[in-house]
Amino acid sequence: MDSRRTPLHAEHEALGAAFTDFAGWRMPLRYDSELAEHHAVRTAAGLFDLTHMGEILLSGPEAAAALDHALVGHVSAIGLGRARYTMICREDGGVIDDLIVYRTGEREYLVVANASNAAVVLDALVSRADGFDTTVVDASQDHALLAVQGPRSAEILGGLTPTDLDSVKYYASYPTEVAGKDVLLARTGYTGEDGFELFVAPADAPTVWQRLLEAGQPHGLRPAGLGCRDTLRLEAGMPLYGNELSAQRSPYSANLGRVVKLDKPGDFVGRAALAAIAESGVDSVLVGLTTPSRRAPRHGYPVLDADGAVIGEITSGALSPTLGHSVAMAYVTTANVEPGTKLSVDVRGRHEPVEVVPLPFYKRAN
Amino acid sequence: MIPEELKYTEEHEWVLRTGDDTVRVGITDYAQEQLGDVVFVQLPELGEKVTVGQVLGEVESTKSVSDIYAPLVGEVVARNDSLDQQPELVNSDPYGEGWMVELRLADPAEVDGLLDASAYQELAAQA
Repeated sequence: MDSRRTPLHAEHEALGAAFTDFAGWRMPLRYDSELAEHHAVRTAAGLFDLTHMGEILLSGPEAAAALDHALVGHVSAIGLGRARYTMICREDGGVIDDLIVYRTGEREYLVVANASNAAVVLDALVSRADGFDTTVVDASQDHALLAVQGPRSAEILGGLTPTDLDSVKYYASYPTEVAGKDVLLARTGYTGEDGFELFVAPADAPTVWQRLLEAGQPHGLRPAGLGCRDTLRLEAGMPLYGNELSAQRSPYSANLGRVVKLDKPGDFVGRAALAAIAESGVDSVLVGLTTPSRRAPRHGYPVLDADGAVIGEITSGALSPTLGHSVAMAYVTTANVEPGTKLSVDVRGRHEPVEVVPLPFYKRAN
Repeated sequence: MIPEELKYTEEHEWVLRTGDDTVRVGITDYAQEQLGDVVFVQLPELGEKVTVGQVLGEVESTKSVSDIYAPLVGEVVARNDSLDQQPELVNSDPYGEGWMVELRLADPAEVDGLLDASAYQELAAQA
């Protein structure tokens, strides 16, 4: 099957992007240098095409009730124009996906799912919303998604929109115009920096993209690919589905028990299992690891204790461009989670020393 | 960019004659382009004896790890220590400052059996 192309494909080609196939989409991996793109986001700004993300729209009198039942978060408590990071879990508490839910209307919610899980999440929401007075619509075709991330984002975007960006709070969204096009503008992101995500009609995406590139150029904005997106989110300690999150683990293992609202009114899918896990605790927990070297522990590599016994597994690892040495996230047994614990990683037969550190690895100054 | 004067392997490495029985080895411009930013290079120790196809070292980019293979039978007589601190030289100057190792060959005539620039050009075009 041919990969789907985003409405910005021609823009990426013109910029000389190297492409990668990701979740059925042909996406820009990098335009020039992943490291330069990473540093641009940390020090200035980066412009991302995230159209591969899945959008699902729920509307109707019981849209909130349906989402309260389907997800682990308290969706009906989200204020109009606000957003929440949440998850959808299986009956056994395993994570199906992590999501951002935007309340876009009195009775309307936009659910944003990972590209690789978009179909599964849509199916689950359709079946879980059965019996509620709400429609569940796959709205992915109606949206391109752009992100401007980095400390200069507000300056760059400010000149292209009538909205006072100071009024757009973190995890809030505003329907507005950018470059004369209708946009749902959200102050969200996956990089550890201030930034915005822009949902636009596919036909308007190239104009908005070009105008952002132009406006950003004097500020040091670069187009940024999925390659640097991964190192940025890793430094920020943000989980990635398929690495840190999976159907085999609950949110509690990932230190994300806070997203599970056991005390919200009514039952929800996975509640019984998640309540039991909250009560009993978990065997392995997600931790941060740092190495003194540039050699990266990578997904799947075994983590060993001082005696050489396997006590965990790496979920993500890479050279941290900001820190100049490698960092990783790993599941390790609860006896080994204290910051300062010395462990090692089996890097293709070579045991590299690592140390448990608090997450995130990188936190922006302001 | 595929310099005429070099020899090449199917593993996207280049070989330059530096003496009667010595060669310098690195990875091609095509290879570094495919890898993206190189962030770590593991090279063999001096004196290591290698045979064709044996793993000489590793090149890590932000996303992946690739093995470097010995293109010929020989002994490691030099390694590019600069890459320990500046692995990005592999990207910026793959045929120059980004070289990796020098080998003293058991049979210098084997160099002639490697791909020439036009054969490598064809291979890279098909990859």
